[in-house]
Amino acid sequence: MSRQRKLPVGVDPALLIKDTAKLLPVPSRRLFLRGATSLGALALLTGCDIIDGPTAEGVLRKVSAFNDWVQARLFSPTTLAPTFPESAITRPFPFNGYYDEDEAPDIDGETYQLEIGGLVDNKKSWTLPELYKLPEVSQITRLVCVEGWSAIGSWQGVRLADFLKAIGADTTAKYVWFQCAEGYSNTIDMPTALHPQTQLTLKFDHKILPRSYGFPIRVRIPTKLGFKNPKYITALWVQNNDAGGYWENQGYNWFSGL
Amino acid sequence: MAIEATTNSPFVPDAAAAVVVHPLWVRITHWVNALAMAIMIGSGWQIYDASPLFRFIEFPHQIALGNWLAGALLWHFAAMWLLVVNGIVYVTLGIATGRFRRKLFPIRVGDVVRDLAAALRGQLAHDDLAAYNAVQKLLYVGVLLAGVVIVLSGLSIWKPVQFKWLTVLFGGYNTARFVHFFAMASIVAFLTVHVVLAIIVPKSLRAMIVGR
Repeated sequence: MSRQRKLPVGVDPALLIKDTAKLLPVPSRRLFLRGATSLGALALLTGCDIIDGPTAEGVLRKVSAFNDWVQARLFSPTTLAPTFPESAITRPFPFNGYYDEDEAPDIDGETYQLEIGGLVDNKKSWTLPELYKLPEVSQITRLVCVEGWSAIGSWQGVRLADFLKAIGADTTAKYVWFQCAEGYSNTIDMPTALHPQTQLTLKFDHKILPRSYGFPIRVRIPTKLGFKNPKYITALWVQNNDAGGYWENQGYNWFSGL
Repeated sequence: MAIEATTNSPFVPDAAAAVVVHPLWVRITHWVNALAMAIMIGSGWQIYDASPLFRFIEFPHQIALGNWLAGALLWHFAAMWLLVVNGIVYVTLGIATGRFRRKLFPIRVGDVVRDLAAALRGQLAHDDLAAYNAVQKLLYVGVLLAGVVIVLSGLSIWKPVQFKWLTVLFGGYNTARFVHFFAMASIVAFLTVHVVLAIIVPKSLRAMIVGR
């Protein structure tokens, strides 16, 4: 049972690939097969375009979709990520992004509004003072980066499951999609969105989330890899189509569950 | 030569069966494992480079697989199925047919010392491919255990929430990464010796291809 990735309406796959290719360093445009010289036999499977037929890369992407399916079944809605004492917090907690820290979005909290859309009863946008009034939950958990390193942080905010309830979201929908200020985006599965530790994070270490860590809102998901914890979010949509994500579209595994 | 003459004789079919060093299932699982290991190690090196555990160890791009992190991860998490399914078939048949018990045990300390000394002097005989010397037995059992450790530690890094008990068993997320790395290093060390010896004793390589 392999799931087909659906692009957002109006997106031309060929153009998207072109755009994506521009974002990557030149040697990476032919994504996976160059540099396979350690494997003489595999080197016979020559490079290929993303949209070509039954190529090695196509097979790898199919296996990755199968792994999404496996991980969705391994995911337990009640299994909690390990939590840690204050003393375990990594200080300083690292900034991480595909851009430098001083290029991170600088959002004006006074005018900021979180846009709500899709399959929800109440599409009213939320200002920061409104969000700060919602019941706060706190967690000290490990953020695991797809690169392998990890860091323990302290995050406070609104439980996403509670927020979805507050806006009258259709929680039988398949996905929640997040849009970010710098153009980053991310789609997560509904079971993960409803997990008790999944948080609309407004604070780090009990202080208003600093710019480096995603001001004004980060989505903190301790059951997923770091790149599925989007920062600087500006919109939240509940929907049934998988809109992909910045890194997922370039080959990172979609589910990326821990 | 005498053996080949015998196997060609239509009158003694049982003798042909007797000289098979590696049954077909051993040969198939061996080479499937070789392919899976090559992919896992090559892509693992590329993944390692994204966040090295040691400042002085980085794997050259030319010998790593996947070109960049996302490609390497796709290879790694595809070949893991090949490695694990093939490994389960191999271990199940190894136990069920009694091959492990027959070929790999017992391993006696005295024999290991004697055979290791002989090997270091270059005097270890390889005349009977069907019987492993004590050093071979120890290395084969050792690499099997390293295989178990590398799969389980890998699982604990992949799923430190769903299988958090396993991650605890490996000393936590960070320690599990080191365990996974050292299991790889011991498998690569084994492979170096294994491949060198297969080249020095070509008939052992032939036996793993054609069975005898």
